[in-house]
Amino acid sequence: MIRFLLNDQPRDIEYIAPDLTILEYLRTIEVQRGTKEGCASGDCGACTLVLAEPSEEPGKLLYRSINSCITFVGSLHGKQLITVEHLQQGQQLHQTQQAMVECHGSQCGFCTPGFVMSLFALSKNSGVCEFDPQASNGEAPGNQPVNPEQRHQINLALGGNLCRCTGYRPIMDAAAQVLADVQPDQFDARQAEVWQQLMDIRTAQAPMAGLTDPGCPVKPLTERRFFSPQTLAELVELLARYPQARLVAGGTDLALERTQQLKPLDVLVYTGAVAEMQQLTLTDETLIIGGAVSYSRMASTLQLVLPEFASMMERLGALQVRNQGTMAGNVANASPIGDTPPVLLALDALLHVDSAEGQQTLPVNGFFTGYRQTTLPKGAVISAIEIPLNKSDWFRRVYKVSKRLEDDISAVLAAIMFKVENGLILDARLAFGGVAATPLRVVAAEQALIGQPATLAGISAAQQILKQTLTPLTDVRASAEYRLQLTQNLLTRALLEFQQQANSDGSASVALEVGHYA
Amino acid sequence: MRKVELQGASSPENELTLATNPSAIPNGIAGLDLVSGPVGKPSRHESAIQHVTGAARYVDDLIEPANGLFAAVIRSPIARGTITRMDLEPVRKSPGVVCVLTVDDVLGHTDIGPVFPGDPIMTSTEVKFFGQCLAVVAATSELAARRAAQAAILEFEREEPLLDAREAVASQQLVRPSHVMTMGDVDSALASSHQVLEAMQEVGGQEHFYLEGQVSLAMPTEDGGMLVYTSSQHPSEVQKLVAEVLALPLNRVTVDMRRMGGGFGGKESQAAQWACLAALLASKTGRAVKLRLPRQDDMIMTGKRHPFANSYRIGIDEAGRITAADIEVIGNCGNSPDLSDAIVDRAMFHADNAYFLGNARIAGHRAFSNQVSHTAYRGFGGPQGMMIIERAMDDIARAVGKDPLDIRKLNLYGTEQSEPERTLTPYHQTVEFNYLPQLIEQLETSSDYRARRVAIRQFNQHSPILKRGLALTPVKFGISFTLQHLNQAGALIHIYTDGSIQVNHGGTEMGQGLHTKVGQIVAQTLGVELERIVVTATRTDKVPNTSPTAASSGTDLNGKAAQNAALTLRQRLVEFLAAEKTVSPEAIRFENGRVSWGGSEDMSFAELVQAAYVGRVSLSATGYYRTPKIWYDRTNARGRPFFYFALGAAVSEVVVDTLTGEYRVTRVDILHDVGRSINPAIDRGQIEGGFIQGMGWLTTEELVWHADGRLLSNNPATYKIPAIGDTPPVFNVALFEHENDEATVYNSKAVGEPPFMLAISVWSALRDAISSLSDYRLSPDLDTPATPERVLKAVMAVQAQCAQNGMTGGAV
Repeated sequence: MIRFLLNDQPRDIEYIAPDLTILEYLRTIEVQRGTKEGCASGDCGACTLVLAEPSEEPGKLLYRSINSCITFVGSLHGKQLITVEHLQQGQQLHQTQQAMVECHGSQCGFCTPGFVMSLFALSKNSGVCEFDPQASNGEAPGNQPVNPEQRHQINLALGGNLCRCTGYRPIMDAAAQVLADVQPDQFDARQAEVWQQLMDIRTAQAPMAGLTDPGCPVKPLTERRFFSPQTLAELVELLARYPQARLVAGGTDLALERTQQLKPLDVLVYTGAVAEMQQLTLTDETLIIGGAVSYSRMASTLQLVLPEFASMMERLGALQVRNQGTMAGNVANASPIGDTPPVLLALDALLHVDSAEGQQTLPVNGFFTGYRQTTLPKGAVISAIEIPLNKSDWFRRVYKVSKRLEDDISAVLAAIMFKVENGLILDARLAFGGVAATPLRVVAAEQALIGQPATLAGISAAQQILKQTLTPLTDVRASAEYRLQLTQNLLTRALLEFQQQANSDGSASVALEVGHYA
Repeated sequence: MRKVELQGASSPENELTLATNPSAIPNGIAGLDLVSGPVGKPSRHESAIQHVTGAARYVDDLIEPANGLFAAVIRSPIARGTITRMDLEPVRKSPGVVCVLTVDDVLGHTDIGPVFPGDPIMTSTEVKFFGQCLAVVAATSELAARRAAQAAILEFEREEPLLDAREAVASQQLVRPSHVMTMGDVDSALASSHQVLEAMQEVGGQEHFYLEGQVSLAMPTEDGGMLVYTSSQHPSEVQKLVAEVLALPLNRVTVDMRRMGGGFGGKESQAAQWACLAALLASKTGRAVKLRLPRQDDMIMTGKRHPFANSYRIGIDEAGRITAADIEVIGNCGNSPDLSDAIVDRAMFHADNAYFLGNARIAGHRAFSNQVSHTAYRGFGGPQGMMIIERAMDDIARAVGKDPLDIRKLNLYGTEQSEPERTLTPYHQTVEFNYLPQLIEQLETSSDYRARRVAIRQFNQHSPILKRGLALTPVKFGISFTLQHLNQAGALIHIYTDGSIQVNHGGTEMGQGLHTKVGQIVAQTLGVELERIVVTATRTDKVPNTSPTAASSGTDLNGKAAQNAALTLRQRLVEFLAAEKTVSPEAIRFENGRVSWGGSEDMSFAELVQAAYVGRVSLSATGYYRTPKIWYDRTNARGRPFFYFALGAAVSEVVVDTLTGEYRVTRVDILHDVGRSINPAIDRGQIEGGFIQGMGWLTTEELVWHADGRLLSNNPATYKIPAIGDTPPVFNVALFEHENDEATVYNSKAVGEPPFMLAISVWSALRDAISSLSDYRLSPDLDTPATPERVLKAVMAVQAQCAQNGMTGGAV
């Protein structure tokens, strides 16, 4: 059984399909249809809802937006699910709704509930910027143009919500209006009470949270279950007991098997409630990121020690995906176009792998063996990712190139890092996504950099090697030729940026990336 | 300058300003006061509250009747071939399945082509495109129906698909005959030109990506008829086609359409198939049936904006003025005519955009391909036609070494005052009321074009990697359906005894604010508050025989029809009150929900209505409107297809990364002509939304087909419409307020489509940035969408050509 709050109503659910999405649940079982399906693949945000979870600070809840179309009901245990129908009080619209109305933020209205929910989450987190703790604290006065920092904050919050009608300007205005003066609301008033309710659910002595399908029309004899273990030991035991089980971390890719290919997912094991996998540990030497830590949660820590990684991550999926997705999931998924594996390769990261046999540590270098194939043993889980922080004196860049700035999959992702002393490259890492069947470190090109001067001439041999050794595909996102050209040109860009940084004598530098210019 | 108070649009840079003509005297309906009243006010969308609370119901949100069924479509996995085996037994045996139908089960018509035949509702023989509908299944849940559809066993004899439009024209595989418009003697004018330029251009198509996908809910009625809830821009056509496939008279079929979650043309003709399939299943099972296309099915099975293959040969004089233009536009129509005849015509009608061509030959071809039948999309071919002449403008500028803006201004149509001999279009309509020279001048100043041009040239000289580009492009868009009979509309107004008013008209609400504007028009005409009016769902049993809500005509046609109905009711009330109070009808005024008849006496509108009811006055009236002045003789390609032209211009600035082809649009300034605005907030919404949608079309939105004819960009993970970060940080929009010289409703102008084409300025600015690599001597090819990949390709081509010619290049 799982227990959660649907707005302010408790729900106990035991018998339900384990692969039912929250969106399907709301629209067909609860018959609450304010939440819309735009794509059922987590790409448009029309189904955005907000989850409230207890924070470590007593009485305080954390609010985060999610795509309900690719989130399973089973993951709701111990959480509050807030839907668009619940924001208004009687005839009184919530501040976020009122702002959307006043700014003419809706035209056809179909994307609007999703925008309202993202805006609601933004208003709840207005003092907590996802990536840059220095960014605007929402003090912008109402009559000023949306300033760049605030615009950036709004773009991060709403980048996963597509609108085809408005061109977004009025929605941007509505968001700025809300951020200028966030009003206390009924959620604030009940926050402590809800916090306690959710804590009570979470600490109740009960069997492991989970769901059981009452009867599956497709495979009547198959056991169909959703498990939400609370410890790593429980988790690996489940994996041993159910060899067919699929792990759900963020589930932002796994859910598409169900919503797009319509495959039943019979046994699901959710990592989100496993205490050990929620740890985020930063020391002088390493950053250890628990396997269930979402991208959003790791953002501010990454910003401290690996800012180039953090700023790329602002463009990994959209906020709804970053609120769910995990780095461990990205690695285990082993897609050649995943955004974090090339960076982890360049950083010489290690994977903590747990199974019924015990724990082992695998270097990420060598982990990817073929298209979506890894050396992860059967019945094992990536419980954490360990990033050595031994490249602080390296020049490090992470570049993502895609058709669209926000919420797009890379044509090429490049992690380029080198250590230079006295003008000579002493060591280097070149890792790419989108150029082969796996995320790839190009050791031969790294070798060609070592000993060379940090100049355009010095990198040309490495560029030749990239050109000769990489074998990208032509697909819907980019041609092989473009990808190959990008790998070389991005190395050029990194070198130019290095030179600019090295020569920075106070004279104005010239922008080299459109993102820096615009 | 009059500032319009708009909530939330308060920042100085984003201020909405109206450039008013102080001498303009309202010349609307006599006796109506435009100073007070709802017309001209930025009222919120009539459904805004329902939108933000989730209360607004779309078809998929309606509670299905008990024991209702859910349908899914079985679609072809190949683009061309013959079906050799279609075993649907596994589908029938799937859990929950109630009914499976093929084309052989259709009693009535099997071809649902909207204008010309060619669109079989399903096929069991020949397959002409990837995603073609083969069969349809109804089951007790949506998931059961979709899973069952996967179980079909299909075998084909495959054939090589035809995908290339130029190849289709070369082999004369056309869905409709070609058409040519001529003016003057092109060949001799070209021969005597100072210089002749030539170029080819590929313009990509566009997925509509309305957030609400195609959906219909069909419910059988007691008399064997059908009630259909649908998401369609053309309920009357849905009614007709449902009746035809069911072999019923039209009066047995009712179509109800409250709102769409976006249409953009994609639900003009292509909403009908899903309604027809749902109705067939409902008719067969006697149960309600809902058919909603999942996003991927929607993207695969419904037509797009036509990709075009264009070319020009243009003669110019020494100054860069066009003396002759030989233009060819080829629309890739897909496998059937659908609306392509009119779409390619409209591309031809706009291949001149705002420019006088002197001597012209404009040829338009309708190429067949083994793709889904491409269909209406905002602009209806107009944007694709404009692209070729806007390319030419930039090319001419590089050829003669001038600023592209000067070349554009030099080539504009004349006005009645200046160069009236330069006002004839290639289809022999005279351009009247051409305010573009004035409008462009105003925008050039307000956007600081010249100073920015200088600054950008300087920046580009000192920036090795990033290059900025700037462009101003105009739009002149013809308003009216080119199919003349569609230019008519009806409305129905009821006044109830409490003074509340219900309005119904033939137009459909897809987010564009049509119901809001029509409500404002009726409220203005009756002198009542907007809150007193409810505009109800479009229904074929209320206002019959309607035209699609398309061609930007929604308010022009339906607003006028509703106004006419309101005037009829007003006249009845005036006559009644004049008799009651024995005053002259001229003394009676309706304002703000009160009615006065001279002196100090007045009464509320509700009191008057109550009295009129007791006095046995009919409080319900219809209204009708048809557009005057328009005609077109297609055989001779001459006439006046357009009642008037909507005008506008935009200045866009971009910055391009010459290492990756990535770019950003950093600033956009728009001045757009909406006549006298009925609702400036809604008009601004159409301008901004149209612009961003147009920008998506020309930049990130790339349709990719596999060589075997499959659409690869078939979901939002692979097809990228603009997101919030793509909206330029500086986005200044102003309305060029000049009341329409033609007698449209409150002298407003249509606004749905024209702003879409303002986005051509983004594409032109990208070319400008790339051209800077050659010190503005080369005019790069840049097919659309101009993805970062295509931009980098153009950058490298210019760099290579510069290197070859020993020119100053911009390479690192």
